[in-house]
Amino acid sequence: MWQYEKKLQYPVNIKNPNPKYAQLIISQYGGPDGELGASMRYLTQRYSMPYNEVKGILTDIGTEELAHLEMICAMVYQLTKNLNEKQIKESGFDKYFVDHTTAVYPIAAASLPWRAEYIQAKGDILADLHEDLAADATTTKEQPAF
Amino acid sequence: MNDKLRLTRQIHAYDFSILEMELYLDVHPHNQRALNLLSDLRKKRAALVSAYEQRFGAFVVTKCDVPIEDHWHWIHSPWPWEAKEGE
Repeated sequence: MWQYEKKLQYPVNIKNPNPKYAQLIISQYGGPDGELGASMRYLTQRYSMPYNEVKGILTDIGTEELAHLEMICAMVYQLTKNLNEKQIKESGFDKYFVDHTTAVYPIAAASLPWRAEYIQAKGDILADLHEDLAADATTTKEQPAF
Repeated sequence: MNDKLRLTRQIHAYDFSILEMELYLDVHPHNQRALNLLSDLRKKRAALVSAYEQRFGAFVVTKCDVPIEDHWHWIHSPWPWEAKEGE
């Protein structure tokens, strides 16, 4: 089970909404290397892991990724707050808005909704840990991209 | 900086340190110095959380031991993604 703490892992307090930036940031939520995939990857793999140490670490990291997911969602939420029609149209946010308004829906920056194909759980310790290493390596690429 | 923000920042700092110590102990499970530090950090965090919760409300809903007329106050404190100016 999980217990929810009503606070973010690190505070998010965005002063200026920016729907263009939100459309990029949202990929870190529902994109191929986003936090939704990360949390699901680790939390799914732990059931078939043979070692207690690895089950423990996957549980810890999967939980941590959920905390990251909440921070990214907070960023998207605040970046798209109080927009007027002109801002929605001129930023290109209208294509998202027509389907989801300002709800925080898990999609990639190029608009593909989150898919379970972004993750793998093979039930083989080496295959799954290599998948985790590869997934972790993507984060060193996307963070400087922002 | 107001008291609420100051306490929140201190708790975040302890959360970060505790998490780092836990990760370190994943690969150094018998390091007594790290274990002592983790135990000390957890005690200090607990004291700060208790000070925060007495004044500003609980982080965790199961800790909401409040008078019956204010039973649902947990849902009314600000939600984490709804940052308020200056907080």
